[in-house]
Amino acid sequence: MLDQSDSYVTEDGRTIGGVVMEMKNITLRFGGVVAIKDISFDIREGEIRAIIGPNGAGKSSMLNVISGFYVPQEGEVFFRGKPRPQMRPYEVAQQGIARTFQNIALFEGMSVLDNVMTGRLNHMKAGLFQQALWKGKAEKEETENRELVEKVIDFLEIQHIRKTPVGRLPYGLKKRVELARALAAEPKLLLLDEPMAGMNVEEKEDMSRFILDVNDEFGTTIALIEHDMGVVMDLSDRVVVMDYGKKIGDGTPDEVRNNQAVIDAYLGVAHD
Amino acid sequence: MAQMQSGAAGKLSLPALLERNVSEFGDRPAYREKEFGIWQCWTWAETAKEIEALALGLINLGVNEGDFIAIIGGNRPYLYWAMVAAQSVGAIPVPLYQDANAEEMAYVLDHCGARFVIAADQEQVDKVIEVQDQLHQFEHLIYLDPRGLRKYDHRTLHEYAHVQNQGRAAYDEWIPELKARRAKLTYDSTCVMLYTSGTTGKPKGVVLSNRNIVESAKNACEFDNLKQTDEILAYLPMAWVGDFIFSIGQAYWAGFCVNCPESPETMMTDLREIGPSYYFAPPRVFETQLTNVMIRMEDAGNLKRKMFHHFMAHAKKVGPSILDGKPVGMMDRLKYALGNVLVYGPLKDTLGFGNVRVGYTAGEAIGPEIFEFYRSLGINLKQLYGQTEATVFITVQPDGEVRADTVGVPAPDVEIRIADNGEIFYRSPGTFVEYYKNPESTADTKDPEGWVATGDAGFFEENTGHLRIIDRAKDVGKMADGSMFAPKFVENKLKFYPDILEAVLFGNEKDRCVAFINIDLSAVGNWAERNNIAYASYQELAGHPKVLASIQEHVSEVNKSVAADPMLSGCQVHRFVVLHKELDADDGEMTRTRKVRRRIVEDKFADIIAALYDGSGEISTTTEVTYEDGRKGAISATLTIKDADLVSSAQHRVAAE
Repeated sequence: MLDQSDSYVTEDGRTIGGVVMEMKNITLRFGGVVAIKDISFDIREGEIRAIIGPNGAGKSSMLNVISGFYVPQEGEVFFRGKPRPQMRPYEVAQQGIARTFQNIALFEGMSVLDNVMTGRLNHMKAGLFQQALWKGKAEKEETENRELVEKVIDFLEIQHIRKTPVGRLPYGLKKRVELARALAAEPKLLLLDEPMAGMNVEEKEDMSRFILDVNDEFGTTIALIEHDMGVVMDLSDRVVVMDYGKKIGDGTPDEVRNNQAVIDAYLGVAHD
Repeated sequence: MAQMQSGAAGKLSLPALLERNVSEFGDRPAYREKEFGIWQCWTWAETAKEIEALALGLINLGVNEGDFIAIIGGNRPYLYWAMVAAQSVGAIPVPLYQDANAEEMAYVLDHCGARFVIAADQEQVDKVIEVQDQLHQFEHLIYLDPRGLRKYDHRTLHEYAHVQNQGRAAYDEWIPELKARRAKLTYDSTCVMLYTSGTTGKPKGVVLSNRNIVESAKNACEFDNLKQTDEILAYLPMAWVGDFIFSIGQAYWAGFCVNCPESPETMMTDLREIGPSYYFAPPRVFETQLTNVMIRMEDAGNLKRKMFHHFMAHAKKVGPSILDGKPVGMMDRLKYALGNVLVYGPLKDTLGFGNVRVGYTAGEAIGPEIFEFYRSLGINLKQLYGQTEATVFITVQPDGEVRADTVGVPAPDVEIRIADNGEIFYRSPGTFVEYYKNPESTADTKDPEGWVATGDAGFFEENTGHLRIIDRAKDVGKMADGSMFAPKFVENKLKFYPDILEAVLFGNEKDRCVAFINIDLSAVGNWAERNNIAYASYQELAGHPKVLASIQEHVSEVNKSVAADPMLSGCQVHRFVVLHKELDADDGEMTRTRKVRRRIVEDKFADIIAALYDGSGEISTTTEVTYEDGRKGAISATLTIKDADLVSSAQHRVAAE
C-alpha cells in the first residue's frame, strides 16, 4: 500500500497522494560519459511532474530510467514503496506505466483506430488461435476494448481521423494519436517525452488542455519532459530542473522560477 | 393529413406536437447521434421521456414561466431537447451561436436577461463565466459535457444529467406543475427567440410564436411532401432560424428523424453514412464541397479526370432538363444513364447526396454555375428566399420550376408586395411577433397591417411569376454616371472560381469599381503544392505573384461576363487587391452566418480602398486581428494592387452581333 499520510489537496481541488515512484541517487553512464549524476527525486500519485533542462541535460535519459528502459549503474528506483528489479519493457507496461516518444513511434501504415487498439494489447487474453478464428474470448474482448478505445478517441477529439492511416496525418495529430495509444493502456503513470516539441501555439494549447484533462479526469499521474518553459510552469505541480546530468532545482514552478541556479542555467553564465 | 390535424389541441405548441408524435408513432426514430463511433438512436417515446425529465429538473431548479433560457452549443440531441423542455415549462429558449466570443454572448444574455444558460461544454461555460459579472439576471448554468469542469465552483453550475436525475426523482412533486404549464401554452405564446446576425448594428431578438413556427413548418412540409421516413442531418448553427425550422419545427410536424454528427470535423463522413433525404445548406457549403471535388479531381489519375470532365460536360447539357422532366433525346438520355453509373452516382454517394429528394440553399444568392453543377448531377437542389422575421419562408421554388436566377414563387399562405422603390414586403402566418425590447425597430420593419419590409430589392418576372432578387436594397447603389451598382452580382461571379473564397466589390457613387479578394486556402494551397510553390502562411500565399496572376485572369474573365449584362456593365472590376487575411466573424468583418459586413470592411480597410482608387501600385497596411480566445494582435503587410482587363460595353455589343 501507498503511504498516504502526507497527501494534500491543491489549490484547484485535486488530491495529490503519496509517493508512487522514487529515484534514489541515480547515476547513469554510457561508457565514460556520465548522463545522470547522483539524482534523487520522487513522483507523487496524481500529480503532474515535469523534468526540464537545457539540451543535453539528461532529461530523456532520466525518463528512460523511469520507464525501465535504461538500468542505472548506481542508485535505486522504488515503485510503490518497493525497489524495482530490472524489467523488460512489457513488464513495465504491465505495471501500469505508459509513455509517448520524442520521435513519434507509431505504425505509419495502420489506421489511427488500429494504432490506438495496440495500446490495449496487454489487456487482451485471447490467444493467437482464438484471435485468428474470432472464437472464444476474442470477440467479446475486442468489443470491450474497442469501447474503451472509442472513449479515448472521443476524449482526445480525433473522431474525424479514426480510419485514416497514421502516415497521412500532420505532426500535431500524430502526437495526439500517440497520447491516445498510451491512454488506451489505462496507465497509472504516464510518461510524456516532449509532448509539445515542434508544435505551433494552437496545437500546444490543445495538448496542454488534454494533459490537464487526462490528469483531472482519470487521476493519471503524469511525468513529462518539455522545453517550452511557459507550458511547463502552467501545467506542472512540481518541477525537477537538470543541467549537465545534475539536479539543480526541485520544487513548485514558483520556487524553481526564483532559483538562481536555474536562472543561470537557462540564461547562461560563464563556466570557469 | 386529416388525421394529423384531428386534435386541434395537437397543433398548439411543440410540446403538444411531441405528445402527438409519441402517441401516433412513438417507436419511430426521432434523433440519432454518432457517439463512440456508433449511431445512437432515440425514439419519439424515449425523446419525450428525456425532455420530460429535463423539464421537471428545470422546474426543480426554479425556472419560472416567461424566463429566458439561453442554449449554447453544437448540434446535439440533448440541446434540441433542452429547447423543447424549456418550452414545456413555459420558458423561452434562446439559442446562441457557439462560435460567438464572450462579449457577443454578454450582449445577448444581458439583452434577454437570461436566468439560465444551458451550455455544451467547458469552452462555452468558460465564456459565460467570463462575462457573468455583467449579467444581473443570470443565476444558473447547466452543462452537458462534464469534462474539465470537475474543479469548477458548483454553487451555480449543474450537470445536465444531474438536472434530469433530480427531475426524475422529483417526478411526483412536479409533474402536476409541468402538466399545468404545458396546458397553458397557446398558439400565441412565444416558441423561441432568435437573434439576427445583423449585417448592420447590434443583433436584434426576433420573437417567434408557436403559430409562426408550426404554421410555417406545416406549410413547408406539405409543399415538399415531407414524411416520417425522411432523414436530415443537423449541422447548421442552432441559433440560425433555418436550423430551428428544419431540425425542430418540421421534424416535429412531419415526425422525421434528426441526425446529429459526431463532431464538426466528421460532418462529411456522417453525411455520407446517413444519406439524408432532405438537405439544407447555405451556398458556402455547396461552394466548399464543389471546391473539394475539383481539388480531388485534379489529383486523380488521367483516365478518371478525363472521364469526369467528359461526363460532367454532358450532365451540364442535359442533366437539369432531365431533372425538370423536359423532353430530352434518346441518345442523350442513354449517355446520361451511363454517366450516372460511372460518374454521377459515385460522386453523389461521396458527397452524401445519394438519397436527397429535396435540397435547399438559402441565406445568400448562390453562383449559377455552382447551382447548375449540383442540379446537373440529378440532385433536386432548389432555392428559397427567407429571413428570420418570416420564420424562413418567403418564396420557394416548386419542383420543375427551378432556376438559378430566381428564388421562386410565394410560399403557401405568404402574400408579397413590391414597393415603388423595388423593396419587397411580405405578410404571412410566419411573420414575427416583435423585436424583443425594441419597439422602434419593430415599428420600422413591420407596419400595423402586418407587412414586413425585407430590406431587399427585387421584382416579379412577368411571364413566370417568379421573384428575382437584385440585392440588399441598402447595397444597391448608383455609379457616378448613374448606372446601377449591384455588388453581389459581381461578387458571386468571382466566388465561382474555386480559388476565390470571398470577394467584396466597392464602387457606389464612384466612377469605377474595385474589389477585395480572399483566396481559398485549401484550393490555392493544393495548387501551390502541385506546382512546388513553397509558402509559410496564408499571407505569403495570398501575396505570391503567381497567385495574383491567376486571380487577375479570373477577374478579367468575370469582367467579360459582367459586360454582357447591359444594365450592370459599369460594375466591371478595374483594380483589385488580394487581402492578406481572411475576412472573419471574430474580427466583426462578417456575421456569424458568414455574410460580409460591407460598412465595417469599408471602414476598416479604408486605406486600401483609397490606394485602389488613387492608382498606386502597392499599399502597406496594418490590420488588427482577434484570435479565437479573444486576444488581439496585428498583422502588417504590403499588398500589391493589380489592374484587370476591361471590356467596354459598346465593344462587347459589336462583338456579340
